[in-house]
Order: sequence, then structure tokens, then C-alpha cells
Amino acid sequence: MSMLPAPNLSPKELVNDDVDLMSETNMTTASPAVAGNRQSGSDSPAIAEPPREKLTKKAITADHPTWCPGCGDFAVLAAFYKVLEKRQLDHEKIVTLAGIGCSSRFPYFVNGHGAHYIHGRAVPLASGISLARPDLHVFLFGGDGDGFSIGGNHLDHGARKNINMTYFIMDNFVYGLTKKQTSPTSPIGFKSKTDPIGAIDQPVNPMKKLIAGGATFIARTHAAQVNHMIQMIERAFDHQGFSVIECLSECVEFFPDVFDPANPKKGGSFEVIQEKKWDNTPEDDLRHDVTDELAAYKLASLPFPGVFGVFYQSDRPTKNALEKKWIETTREKIGGASDVEILRKTFDRMK
Amino acid sequence: MNETPVVKQAEGGSAASPTSTATPASGASPASERADLRPENIQDAVIRLAGNSQDGIQTAGAFLARLAGRSDHDVMTYMTIPATISGGPSIFQVRIGSGEVLSAGDEADFLVAFYQHSYQDHLDFLREGGVLLYDSDNVEPNLDDKRFVYVGVPITGLTVEALGGTAKDKGKNIFVLGLIAKIFNLDVEKLKKLITEKFGGKDQSIVNTALMAFQAGYAYPVGNVLTKHYRFEHFPKTSGRAQITMDGNQALAYGLIAAGVRYGAGYPITPWSSIMETLRRELPKYDGIFVQAEDELGAVSLALGFSYSGYLAVTGSAGPGISLKAEAIGWASMAEIPLIVCNIQRGGPSTGLPTNVEQSDLHQAIFGSHGDSPRVVLAAASVEDCFYIAIEAARIARKYSTPVFILSDTSLATRIEAFDEPDLSKLMVDPKPDLTPREGGFKPYDLERITQHIPPGTRILDGKYPLIGGLEHDEMGHPTGSPKLHMAMTAKRRNKLRKLAEEIPVPEVYGDQEGDTLLVGWGSTYGPIHDAVKMGREHGEKIGALHLRHVHPLPNGLEKIFAKFKRVVTVEMNDQGLYGYGQLATILRARYCEPKIQSVTKTDGLTFRVKEILQGVFPGKFVSVRGYSPNRPVSGNGEQDVDVARAESIAQGAG
Ligand SMILES: Cc1ncc(C[n+]2csc(CCOP(=O)(O)OP(=O)(O)O)c2C)c(N)n1
Ligand code: SF4
Ligand SMILES: [Mg+2]
Repeated sequence: MSMLPAPNLSPKELVNDDVDLMSETNMTTASPAVAGNRQSGSDSPAIAEPPREKLTKKAITADHPTWCPGCGDFAVLAAFYKVLEKRQLDHEKIVTLAGIGCSSRFPYFVNGHGAHYIHGRAVPLASGISLARPDLHVFLFGGDGDGFSIGGNHLDHGARKNINMTYFIMDNFVYGLTKKQTSPTSPIGFKSKTDPIGAIDQPVNPMKKLIAGGATFIARTHAAQVNHMIQMIERAFDHQGFSVIECLSECVEFFPDVFDPANPKKGGSFEVIQEKKWDNTPEDDLRHDVTDELAAYKLASLPFPGVFGVFYQSDRPTKNALEKKWIETTREKIGGASDVEILRKTFDRMK
Repeated sequence: MNETPVVKQAEGGSAASPTSTATPASGASPASERADLRPENIQDAVIRLAGNSQDGIQTAGAFLARLAGRSDHDVMTYMTIPATISGGPSIFQVRIGSGEVLSAGDEADFLVAFYQHSYQDHLDFLREGGVLLYDSDNVEPNLDDKRFVYVGVPITGLTVEALGGTAKDKGKNIFVLGLIAKIFNLDVEKLKKLITEKFGGKDQSIVNTALMAFQAGYAYPVGNVLTKHYRFEHFPKTSGRAQITMDGNQALAYGLIAAGVRYGAGYPITPWSSIMETLRRELPKYDGIFVQAEDELGAVSLALGFSYSGYLAVTGSAGPGISLKAEAIGWASMAEIPLIVCNIQRGGPSTGLPTNVEQSDLHQAIFGSHGDSPRVVLAAASVEDCFYIAIEAARIARKYSTPVFILSDTSLATRIEAFDEPDLSKLMVDPKPDLTPREGGFKPYDLERITQHIPPGTRILDGKYPLIGGLEHDEMGHPTGSPKLHMAMTAKRRNKLRKLAEEIPVPEVYGDQEGDTLLVGWGSTYGPIHDAVKMGREHGEKIGALHLRHVHPLPNGLEKIFAKFKRVVTVEMNDQGLYGYGQLATILRARYCEPKIQSVTKTDGLTFRVKEILQGVFPGKFVSVRGYSPNRPVSGNGEQDVDVARAESIAQGAG
């Protein structure tokens, strides 16, 4: 190392005086680990773990949210806490993920495993986790710019492949974090810093995009309707496949009041989709069949603020299931050979 | 083989002699009077098959390579692939040796020309005294040129005759294989077995046709025109391990599997695609998944998702796709998530030379993202090394929780080599994630240690879970704007690579341990550089070579080696850049502040020939050695005409 210039400042001076950052002795140690138990599914004897406590709101709350007071995203977080409390999932199996944006700060506010990824690419990140670890509950959060603009192509392909996850999009019709630029869902005429005379580009219709993309659970909700949000999250969570919820969530800072037309408290009306009950009544004829793609598309064409609830749901097999099936048939054929044996056999063919 | 004095061709045309141990019999006897059919023992031969890609010359060449592997010979191949989809002029070169074979050979001992253009484009690669075996139905050579031995065989006609009407001339490649088997006394039974294995399966008639073509070629009385037959000397391998034969991309893919990599994602691009194809097909056998993603951004993100979930994953591409992954690689560096990124380099920038070779992505691998984003960069030296470098990459990625690049290139990806079967019982890594519950107080970014990523599903017993992210963070993973923490965390990410540098072994110097010139290489130039050292020393130069597998960080202690030589010259297939140095030389000069570090670079899209290296390192010397002339068109196809580039590679010299 003699030729390396000396590091400008040793980090230990900066942080902690009695810590030798890179000393030999503490290099290789990982975190302190409880002995024993490897990997779920390993057959090593279970260790004595402390009993599980009830998953309370307190247990899943982390940093205080950094959102502006009044931001719609607070209500989404509250609804999510409620669902987690209600479902009592194993704490360590909850994974909260996001891209970049105000809404994408979400994972920092949930105490659980999670990752804050890069702008627009969280769908494939979540896909990797979902495909490799069926034991986990994969929740993904993000905004309209993150999901429909920079991540628009990933959204289509996550949908088409039907990868099992719950994806909640907080749509505020604007770029919040970067302070008021036009978003892909900004209505024509919206005056932003990038459209000083008003937006001129046709906005994305999230429901139509998701239907066309092939998502297998598609719903729409509103951040002022906490009970409806909870219902939608639970149904999305229970669905096997790529489940997406678009939630109108107001940016009080850069696009205030835009969702009032759907908020009864602000003089609007929150119109919920009536789903078919299959009860052979004449009323049922008028109700929405969630498996009918065309009907869903028609609902998506209603003028703003439109309707709320489940637009579409289908039980098309997930990529998770299809890959698993391929693995199972492949492994059946090779009859339980070990990894070493399989690779050796491959090498034998190359001799 | 180039170091052996060339056997002069006698008047009237007689046997050529590839590197020969026996003194060649003065072969003046006219072909018709030849009496002695006893094969001559040889140690090394370079056979170049030149035709069109649709003729299956790759298939024939691959049979030779596989046979050599099965017979314990060293073998190295070299091929060019036309960039056009429908095919076009193409070559496959096989070098078979009884000793160590490091490069594919500057010159051919045997040139098989299927067409007039094959003859014209490749005759200059035939060494003096070499044999031109040509299809007399398609090629009219200049028989007045007495430097070569001419063996004309009506390959097309005889193939059609042997196979009957429907096959047309399909099977010429196998007919030629039969001819070569005869000339070189190859093991016919083993070859037939290989043919049966390759074509067997669906349709027995295909195997039969192939065997008929082989038999016809083998039975052809080539002895009437060629006075000598050859036989490779057999030196049994000392390792006692069987040889396996594969290309570099296969070696890399299987190396990843041995390293315990069970998940990955990619997007197709030449020359990376075959790795993802192999992994897509193979991983389900190992309970894994490889995903074809919608694009490279999706691919790297899926791979990071796999790694985050506890299974070290791979993504890869060639330069253009790596550019797309750059942002996510920065995230991996910041979030300290392990990841393997393969870059199978080709000529760039942009779509560049998609089927040619270049080493111009080194700086992209080391620096390509944004911010200070340390990562590890390794480079495979040979096909065999593609296997082992994957294991090393996985080891480092896991231990240091960091992205690790593996650099390979078109030449390694496509060439076939035989190597000792790896000892899997020692090498195979168990990929299961460690989900052991953690005591309380767990810090994902503890400044006191090199931290390893803890996958989800791991219970943290005090209930405080780690958050992984791309924002600068404190030790718990929570965002911070603190200047002190950014400095400390930047240092944490940098210092772990310094720690790695201490652990990497210093590479051994090949050739002279001190003296005039130390060649320094990385990646696929390993073979030609070592052959250049051999040849240089035979010509009295004091020259050694050092090859870097760990390119970033560099191993500690290189300066001690550099001190023993008057000059240090990197040999690189990239441009000398604005300031006159290749990409590795630029790094070394910055690292060691040493003006004696220079470089020989070239950008013609072709692998280095031994003489090019020597001529670049010792300007003005080695010009008389045949097999290289700066103004010779290399061929009219995938190997594009490189007059200018070649002239420039000389002009760049040691600069
Ligand atoms: C690659 C990249 N481009 C741009 C940005 C800057 N950026 C951060 S968030 C954002 C838009 C966020 O909008 P949205 O997804 O709607 O989230 P919101 O803040 O409105 O919740 C942009 C452009 C970035 N972080 N990364
Ligand atoms: S800027 Fe808008 S979206 Fe962002 S936190 Fe504030 S109110 Fe919410
Ligand atoms: Mg937004």
C-alpha cells in the first residue's frame, strides 16, 4: 500500500473514537448471529427463539414520515399498518419495497425488511424477490411518475408475466419529490414547472394500461377513503398474481384539491363499483363482472373522477407457479440427483 | 510453433511439416514416387478451415477440438463469425498440441479452402511450406507459387457422389473431417463416436449420412498427392483428470453454477446471449431460475432482487447493455448488495463491432456508474479461467457484499478449449441463504466491520429491522444528510476493497523475473502475451509477463515487481486514448505514478498475434518474421479489412 496516498480522513475519527474501522480482528465477523438454524426448509433443529409477540402498530412503525402535513400518503401508510395488524403476518416475512419519489419513501416508515431502490425499477426488483422467495410477502409502493413513466415498461412486463406481488401506486397527478413537474397522469391543462402554459400531452389512463398490460388484479381507490383502501389492499394481497392498486393520493403542496370531485367531504361523490353477486337477480345484470376485460375497459373510460373498486381480476397462472412447475418436472426427470452429480453429468457429455 | 525454424519447401512440392520433432526427411521425392507412409510425429499443428458459415466448418472444427480434448491434447480454437445473419465467409482455426497451447497460432500449417475467396483471403496465413488443401471443384490456386504444398481434392463432387442427390453438398465439412483424420492419423473410432453423439437422437438417417461423408473423406487416396502423414505425439497428462471441452461462455455459465449461483436475469446481446441461454436451460435442474427480462435495467434489477432475497445472482451483457445497468450497479455499491455482472466485451462504442473482440470496457467496469461507487473487477484469462473466475467472483461478492464484474470477450466466448475437469467435490458451493435469527442491535451498515447483507425472512430478535437503500444512510440504514456520515460511509465502501487488495495473491511473473521488459496483460490476451515472451526470449530479449485476473482492486505489491524491469508495457485490445495509453496502462500510471509504464494497443477487432505484440513492444525488430504484414487484408468478412487499424496499431507502438 506504500504508493497509495494516505486517506484524507479516517472515518473512525469522524464517527466513533474507539472504533477501528478496518482492523483485522473485526473484519470478517458478520453480525452476531443466533446459533443453529439455517434457511427455512433446512432440516437442522430449530433453535430456541423467543416466542412471537402480537404484531402491533408500534412494532411496524419506523421513522416518522417526512411527508408534508396533509399529504395523502399518510392515510395510505395508516391503511397499510391496519392491514398488517389485522393479518398478523410473521414480522420478518414482510418486505416493503419502493422506487423513488415522495410516495416511494414508504419503506422507511415501515419497520420491517425493506429496500428503497432506484427510480422506476422497483417492479423487477420486487419480481426477483418474489420469484426466489415464495415464503415472503412482497409489498411494493410508488408514485405515478415512478410507475407509469420511467417504470412504465417494467409495469407492463411485470403484469404480462403475472409475478406475484402487491403493488400500491399513489397517484397524485404530479411529480412531488422534484417539486411540481408534469407527470404522466397530469390532466391536459395542468400548469406545472415543465408546462407553464398547461400540460398538452394526453395523460396515461392507469386502468387501461394495466388491463392492456395483463395485470391480474386491478383496483382503484382514494386516500380519503381509508376503509376502501384497506379492503382493496387486503383483496390485492389475497390475490395470487400481479396485483395493482391505483390510489388517488393528494399532493397538498403541488396539486391541491384535485381529487375533491371524488371526496364526499369536499362536495364530491365517491362512486364504488358494484360487483356481480351471481345471484340471478335482475339487479345483478347491471353489476360489474370483474373477469370481463372489456367491461373493465369501459369502466376505465368513464370521465374523471371515474369509479372505484376492483376493475379486473383473473386467475391466470403466475410466473412464480409456472417456473416452479418447470423446476419440478425437470428435477423429477433427473431423479433427485445432487447438484454435484448433475454438473458432473453435464461435464461427462463434454469429454 | 512459430519459434521452430520453418521447414523449407523443396522443389516440386512435398510434405509440409508442422512443428516437427523428427528432422523432416528431405522430402524431394515426387508425389508419385513416394514410398514411406510412416507418419511423422508432431507436437503442434494449426489447421485453419476457411469457407462460408453455412458449410458447417464450425461443426467440423469443433469435432477436432473435442477429439483433441478426449485425447489429452491441448487445444485452442479461434473463429470468426460473420456479422450478417444469413452467413458469409467464416473461419474456424484449431490448434492442437501435445504440450501447452496458449494461443490459436499466428500462422496455419494447414489451410483448408472451400472457395476461391477462402483461398485468396487466407493464403497469407499459411506459413511457408504449409499445406493448402483445397476443393478443386471451386478453387484454382496459383500453383506457380512454390512456397506451399498443394493438395487439390474435388470435395464438393465427392461429397455429392458419396451422399447421393438430396443432401447436395451438405456434408462437405464432414468429408473434410475424414480427410484430416487420415492426414493426421486421428482416432477414427473416437471421431465416429463424436459424430454419432452430435447427430444422434432424432433421426438415425442423419447420423448415417454424416458417417458416410466421413468415411468417403477418410477413404480418399490423399496419399497420392500428399507425401506425408502426421501423428500427434502423446504425452499423457499428469493431472490424471479427464479433459472437458467447451467454449468460454459455457465455462463461465457452469462456473457460476459451481459457485452456487442459482438465480439470474439478462437480455439477449452478442456475445453474452449464450450464457443466459445456458443458464435458462440449466438452472431449473438446480432448483433455480434465470429470467429473460424486458431490458437490461429490468435484468439488473431482477438480479438485485434475487441477491437481496439471499441468493447471490448474476446479470450480464455486452457494453451497450452494461451502460443501461450502470445506475443499478451504483445502487448495489451504495446498498452493499452482492451481485455478479458479466461483461462479454465486443467492439464499441454503441453497436460497434458486434462480432469482434475488444477490451475497451475496462474503465466502464471500474468507474461506470455515478458518484464514488466502488466495485470489484475480475478478468478471465482463458476458457478454463472463465470457470474459475466465476467462483472467485462469487466468493468476493458474498464476503464483501459488493458488485463484482467479470470481464470476458468475444474471443473467449466463442473459442473452444480443452481443460482438466474441475474437482467439483471441492469447488461446489451451497447456495442456501443464511436466515439465522439475529440478536438485537443488528446494524446493516455497521461502520466497525465489513457487513454482509442479511436477507428478508431473517428474524431480528429486538424487532428493529434493517432498511436497505440508495440514499446515504446511517448504520441502521436510515437516510442521512450528515456530511460526517457520508464521509464515513464512503470510506467504508472504499476501504473494504482495500482490504480485499491485501488478500489477493500477487500474480507470478512468467519468463524473466527481472530485466528489460515486463508485459502486463488482463483478459484474453494471456495466451498471445505468453507466447510473445517465449519467442522474445528465444530471440535474446530479457522479457517477462504478468497477468492480472484481479484488475480492480489491484493486488498489493505490484510495485516490487515493476521495480525489477526497465519498462512495463501493457498489451491491450483498446485505443491508446487521448493521452497515449491503453485503459489498464492509464490505471497503472495513475496508481504507481511511474513513467516507465507504457502500452501496446490495437483496435482492429481481432485477437493479438504473437508477432504483433513483439513488433509493438520492440519497434523495428521482429519485422522479418513472417506471418505478419501491416498492409495485408486479413479477410473480406467478419474479420474486416484492417489495413488502417493495423498500421495504426504499429504506429501506436509502445506509447
Ligand atoms: C433516474 C432518475 N431520474 C430522475 C430522478 C428524479 N426524480 C426523483 S422522484 C421523481 C418523480 C417522482 O414522481 P412520482 O413517482 O409521481 O412520485 P411522487 O413524488 O409524486 O410521489 C423524479 C423525476 C431520479 N431520482 N432518478
Ligand atoms: S410534495 Fe406532495 S406528494 Fe410530496 S410529501 Fe408533499 S404533499 Fe406529499
Ligand atoms: Mg406523483
